[in-house]
Amino acid sequence: MATTGEPQMITLAKGINQGLRAAMDADSKVIVMGEDVGRLGGVFRITDGLQKDFGEQRVLDTPLGESGIIGTAVGLAVRGYRPVCEIQFDGFVYPAFDQIVTQLARLHYRSQGKLRMPVVVRIPHGGGIGAVEHHSESPESYFAHTPGLRVVACSNPVDAYWMIQQAIACDDPVIFFEPKRRYWEKASLDLSVAPPPLFRSRLLRSGGTATVVAYGPTVRTVLDAATVAERDGQQLEVIDLRTLSPLDLAPVFDSVRRTGRLICVSEAPGEASLIAEVAARVSQECFYSLEAPVLRVTGFDTPYPPAKCEEDYLPDLDRVLDALDRVLAY
Amino acid sequence: MHFRKRAPSHSAPADNSVGSPIVDGPTVGPIIGAAMEIDGQHTPQQVIAGLRATGEGEDLVQLLTPEGQRVSHPQFDLEISPAEIRELYRDMVLVRRADREANALQRQGQLGLWAPLLGQEAAQIGAGRALAPQDMAFPSYREHGVAWCRGVDPTELFGIFRGIDQGSWDPIATGFGLYAIVVGSQCLHATGYAMGQRLDGKIGNAETGEATLCFFGDGASSQGDVHEGFVWAAVYDAPVVFFCQNNQWAISAPLDRQSRVPLYRRARGYGFPGVQVDGNDVLATLAVTRWALRECRTGNGPVLIEACTYRMDAHTTSDDPTRYRLADELEEWKLKDPLERVRVHLVREGLAEQEFFNGVATEAEELAVRLRNYCTSMPAPGPERIFSKIYAEPSPSLDSARAEHLAYHASFADREPGSEPGSEH
Repeated sequence: MATTGEPQMITLAKGINQGLRAAMDADSKVIVMGEDVGRLGGVFRITDGLQKDFGEQRVLDTPLGESGIIGTAVGLAVRGYRPVCEIQFDGFVYPAFDQIVTQLARLHYRSQGKLRMPVVVRIPHGGGIGAVEHHSESPESYFAHTPGLRVVACSNPVDAYWMIQQAIACDDPVIFFEPKRRYWEKASLDLSVAPPPLFRSRLLRSGGTATVVAYGPTVRTVLDAATVAERDGQQLEVIDLRTLSPLDLAPVFDSVRRTGRLICVSEAPGEASLIAEVAARVSQECFYSLEAPVLRVTGFDTPYPPAKCEEDYLPDLDRVLDALDRVLAY
Repeated sequence: MHFRKRAPSHSAPADNSVGSPIVDGPTVGPIIGAAMEIDGQHTPQQVIAGLRATGEGEDLVQLLTPEGQRVSHPQFDLEISPAEIRELYRDMVLVRRADREANALQRQGQLGLWAPLLGQEAAQIGAGRALAPQDMAFPSYREHGVAWCRGVDPTELFGIFRGIDQGSWDPIATGFGLYAIVVGSQCLHATGYAMGQRLDGKIGNAETGEATLCFFGDGASSQGDVHEGFVWAAVYDAPVVFFCQNNQWAISAPLDRQSRVPLYRRARGYGFPGVQVDGNDVLATLAVTRWALRECRTGNGPVLIEACTYRMDAHTTSDDPTRYRLADELEEWKLKDPLERVRVHLVREGLAEQEFFNGVATEAEELAVRLRNYCTSMPAPGPERIFSKIYAEPSPSLDSARAEHLAYHASFADREPGSEPGSEH
């Protein structure tokens, strides 16, 4: 990708691909590993062309075993590498859960800084693609609940391009969520515009009626809802969390102090979820500003349903607007 | 007749008067753990014979018999000087003394827990002394003897078991990874590290090449991570030696709860060599591990070694082995003590004077005193340790949490001067 010149339209998938490429160009210790990431370029083609250009020593098609991918990445990190692991689908991260939670997340603490774990675990997450079971999960809360990990979720092509590079440059383990149903959405990438830091949430749209917080795949949903709400004269202030651990809630607190109302949107089941934490923190910090209870618009507290039901399961524009009606009723 | 035996149950007390038939499967030798099946057909001695047979099959590599007799092996012979043998003996005596002292310190409340290595000294010193400075070792949590070989002082292990830290040594500087308490997890780390050695172009030369030595046990051999480690190591030709200390027991579960076949034979299924060595024979363990590491250095990794040994003490100081195994079994293994056979060999062959043994014994007692004094004077960390170095990069939220918690501590009116958190440092 040219480093100067005209902005280009890229997909989110391309953004990650180009971000990986830039990171691999910048640091020879960056290696990509996972199932089918080499010759195939990954099932979503995110790593397309990387093995061809960087070789089999830096783009490793691994055996099929998620714990093996993360566990060997830990060893490679001890050796001084910066592995970027692809977990093929959200629902397949669980075999690696032990290595992520008991090893990757803790080795810096256990060694009191003598071992660094600059490992990125890329996970396509969320539903909406009509997939079979275990291909539409939103497991981010498990990881945000684990001290020692950093967890981010990109929502758009420009963030995807920059955030993957920032995650790779980070000396801590980063769980990097990619909104798989947004992989083919496009945006203009202007390389002359410097990106914000990785661990910052971002105000995407200003408005005084209510604050809406989202991350990953539901950011687009919320922006669409804001467009519709505007026709009714309601101005939604939209914040993309981007970083799930650590949370960057100062912009959310500022916003809620102005709007007095907060709606949190996520595909994950709502109970004991990441956005439940957002709601708790906002109620603690903005108690005197709140005009209505904080509402959550989420997937249901059920297993992810068969694909023919997912339209009902996933928070959509109407459910966001319904929540808006409810917070405005107070 | 069962093809496989049931493991002894927790509720059934050890009963020396009964045994069970020792059944041969098509490829399966006698299996341990049968002692408590009630059929009245076997004496305890026969059961123990079965136990021995499982631990030490016909392919067992041995260079020094339990009676201290030096024997040769067609593939794994060892050129070793008397001075080197004396050094191995000294290592084993010292780590045993350190182990016994740690066990005593736990009994006296100075350590919260200890995982004894008693009986496994030869396996660990033999393997540990086979390592070259450029190699890396990944331990489980009982590798106090390997730690010794890597220059990690026993006092550094005490921090873990006294609750001071979670491993204070530098894994990179010492070439010795942190203790892994999640059983088997380290086999993937070792494999990944070895993949890195290969990616770095550090293999090919038998002298200067690098290799990784990974320690795990018979219990861990059932973990998925060990299996995945074998698979990854095989397909990437990783220079890693998987060193399984088969000490016969995974807490209360005997080997037949983990495997139908001797563990070293599993290697064949993954496509690399497996060798069974007498893990109570320090010379054989050294010879086999040296060979295996050399194979890895020259690009012929991975290799699996099964070192047959015996956990002569409890799993940890919290364990009570009398609930699940026969005292006779321990007596049997005492005859194969890893230290005694070296001592007998040195004496019989005139390779060491009494003065040497006296010197080592004195050194061991001095070590014990040093360890005891250190242990009882270890400073406890203050509450700020909770928040220390969770991340490599700045974490403002944890900084706030730390400040808040320390302020909470400081808010107590009755706190004595000088007892603030962190004042012990």
